[in-house]
Amino acid sequence: MVTNITNFGRSGLSDWLLQRASAVILALYTLFVVGYLLLHPNLDYATWSGLFGSTWMRIFSLLAFVSMAAHAWIGLWTVTTDYLKPTAIRIAAQAVIILAIFVFLVWGVQVLWGA
Amino acid sequence: MNSKRPVNLDLSTIKFPLPALTSIAHRITGVILFIGLIFAFWALDTSLSSPQGFEAVSDAIAHNFLVKLITWGLLSALAFHFVAGIKHLLMDADIGVTLEGGIKKAQITVVISAVLVILAGVWVW
Repeated sequence: MVTNITNFGRSGLSDWLLQRASAVILALYTLFVVGYLLLHPNLDYATWSGLFGSTWMRIFSLLAFVSMAAHAWIGLWTVTTDYLKPTAIRIAAQAVIILAIFVFLVWGVQVLWGA
Repeated sequence: MNSKRPVNLDLSTIKFPLPALTSIAHRITGVILFIGLIFAFWALDTSLSSPQGFEAVSDAIAHNFLVKLITWGLLSALAFHFVAGIKHLLMDADIGVTLEGGIKKAQITVVISAVLVILAGVWVW
């Protein structure tokens, strides 16, 4: 058996399940945010910052950001292993992706709890 | 190799079936969305930073053509990725996992996301 060391869950089945669980969370978050924006056509700063100031929205957003991190890594890992055959280029690309995901996560936490 | 095997070197006669095209589009939109996170996080960060930041973001989305185009593009990518993802979950649930079912689901995916892309355009403009 070939053991992967760069994929997310170290097993294809684990990645498969995580990709679907994170997809459902991201889908719910997307529907909520799009629905909220559609229902508030004249949104102002107080309402918007009030939404993201509430504890449940911060937790929901953090859950979505963490799901995004897992979902993006599993998806981009699949894409990079499929199309980037030279090991050095693939590993370099995956390193950039990991770094970008880390930056997005820190940025997300900063936005939610920073100010 | 068996030399009697038929050979087709005319690549222009080879076409991807629709399910293959929706599959590759699912991947491409996924990559686009990941890059688009820069824009999404910037918009979220700035809009929550101060009332001035909120005005700057809503003003850009309302009046700046390039920002409108990026927003529409990302919403379109999100719509397709979302619908194609639902198709994936249906396949996981063993729904329509036949040749005809696969083609039908790919067609439905294209039609629903095309409608959503138009609606997203109407929303942004």
